[in-house]
Amino acid sequence: MNPIIVTLLIVGGVLLLFIFILIMLFNRLVRERNQVKNAWSQIEVQLKRRHDLIPNLVETVKGYAGHEKETLENVTRARAQAVQAEGGPIGDQIAAEQQLSGALGRLMLVVEQYPDLKANQNFLSLQEELTSTENKVGFARQHFNDSVMTYNTTTQSFPSNVVSGMFGFKQEQFFEIEDKTEREVPKVKF
Amino acid sequence: MWEAIRRNRRRSWVLIGVMGTLLVVLGFVIGMALEPQAGGAIGAIGALILWLILFTVALLQGDAILLASSRARQISRAEAPQLWNVVEEMTIASGLGKMPRVFIIDEESPNAFAVGRKPETAAVAITSGLLKRLNRDELQGVIAHEIAHIKNLDIRFLTLASVMMGSIALLSHFFLRSIFYGAASRRGGSSRGGGQAQLALLAIAIVVAILAPIFAQMLYFACSRRREYLADASGARFTRYPDGLASALEKLAILSTGMKNVNKALAPLYIVSPLKGLAAAGLFSTHPPIERRIKILRSMGGRAGYVDYDAAYQKVVGTKSHLIGLRTLTSDSSVAAREPSAPKDSKKEAIDRAREVASILDHMAAFIPIVCVCGVRIKVPPELKRDTVPCPKCGRTHEVPHAEQRQPDSSADAASRPATAAEQPLTYRRTGEGWESFKCKCGKVLQLSPGLMAPTLTCRGCGRKVEIETPATQR
Repeated sequence: MNPIIVTLLIVGGVLLLFIFILIMLFNRLVRERNQVKNAWSQIEVQLKRRHDLIPNLVETVKGYAGHEKETLENVTRARAQAVQAEGGPIGDQIAAEQQLSGALGRLMLVVEQYPDLKANQNFLSLQEELTSTENKVGFARQHFNDSVMTYNTTTQSFPSNVVSGMFGFKQEQFFEIEDKTEREVPKVKF
Repeated sequence: MWEAIRRNRRRSWVLIGVMGTLLVVLGFVIGMALEPQAGGAIGAIGALILWLILFTVALLQGDAILLASSRARQISRAEAPQLWNVVEEMTIASGLGKMPRVFIIDEESPNAFAVGRKPETAAVAITSGLLKRLNRDELQGVIAHEIAHIKNLDIRFLTLASVMMGSIALLSHFFLRSIFYGAASRRGGSSRGGGQAQLALLAIAIVVAILAPIFAQMLYFACSRRREYLADASGARFTRYPDGLASALEKLAILSTGMKNVNKALAPLYIVSPLKGLAAAGLFSTHPPIERRIKILRSMGGRAGYVDYDAAYQKVVGTKSHLIGLRTLTSDSSVAAREPSAPKDSKKEAIDRAREVASILDHMAAFIPIVCVCGVRIKVPPELKRDTVPCPKCGRTHEVPHAEQRQPDSSADAASRPATAAEQPLTYRRTGEGWESFKCKCGKVLQLSPGLMAPTLTCRGCGRKVEIETPATQR
């Protein structure tokens, strides 16, 4: 066989293999980046649910502990701020959410003094919903950070870093929380 | 955990290959023993056809069969909010795309399992006996373990492998039976054909037929035990609280008594082995010893990552080999465990939980609960046609809760309304805030959840609208 054709075939084969690997790496980066995006939207969904639960909770508590005005107003205010921060810069969102968590925590401490309220069916189911939503925010954040870690590792390590450089796959930021005790799954103490 | 999933997939294929070979060899040998000329090929093909049929049935019906055979009932969010929430939490933590369906099994023996070939069609089921004994943290651990089975694609593998194992067992069983009865009838007959060669073949076939199912089971169970450890590791990582799962397993270790209605081949899908006695320990056990699983989880030293589980596994089992793949271990870092969210169980909480589960079960069976003044709780079955029931203890008569025809408010209002009785609105007055059930005019039992806020309800039996009056609106 003609040596030129043989060389051409070999070069072509190697080139094809290269393109194939490139496509695979590209797809992997896309998949992982989408996972990060999905994980983030899950956090937003859960935060929104928490905002939606609060007016109901405040109403229920008001029926039994109306004179705890300050605590209740704090929660309402913190919620308004958190709603306003929705969709804004991540830093603001985190700050607002932390404020809200603090206000809710204080409200739940106050609730301890009202046995009637604690026995109320409606309050109990709200309480379960709120605990669960807090947990979900925490788990969603955990999953988001895991996804970011996987994605970032891929963008940095060879050979996928070549592809990520070529097509502009940027690294993603972790959802960090300053307070070290808040780093784990958050919880409202009831 | 991608690596674990990929590795599971590879291992599955190897295992399926080995078992498939075993099945074909078994068919071949049996065929040869029965008919030396052409029997081998026929036997092998027959074995494959048998497998194909069983496999198709398992693929199409597997989940439904398992759920039906264990008499599981699907629940909605309103029926068991906490269980539902915990499943949702773990779905989020694991990054599973879709929340699995949730089932409760009315069974006192505590256990839980997951089914589903694809994560999208998966389901988790828990027995009422387990549900009422676990606090929130423990429930979370158990559900995390089951969700890990779904996420790691263990269920698909176990279904495939268990069908394979089933075909091998079935084939051996038939063959040994036929030899037994065949030999009995031959002794009576006069034909003594065959000769030494066939006798030897027959002997080989018998040995293979006895050994093949045992070998297949050992393979299968060794694999499933490893998967249990992996699911425990994921459970710890998802919840960030290994002690929750550990303490659930402790409760299970004490209480587990073996279940009714269990298909042996599907035993690996449960959180602890649902089988009794010998089958629950040793080479043929589907699960690692529960004490060891607890010990590993308890010696993670306040950490919850895969790295930490692997280290604890090495220490407890006393091995140098890793349980979890190296790539996962190097890319995953050690994470701190969180604080417990539920306080230590008090007796009152345990009672409350038992009550709650009992009311979920009543609700699932559509019973109408009536509490008598003397303290007896009467459960009226939905089939009962009478409007009153006597208390079995004190004899007081109780009216079965039912919706009433509302008195027309004013004549003008009544005139504007359609005259047909079927479309006149009914009213039901709530007595409390918990679960409530009542009968519609058509006899259908309608149920109200504690969280229900809607002012009207549409009867599923006759389509009439029923207005709900709550004590609050009456005030």
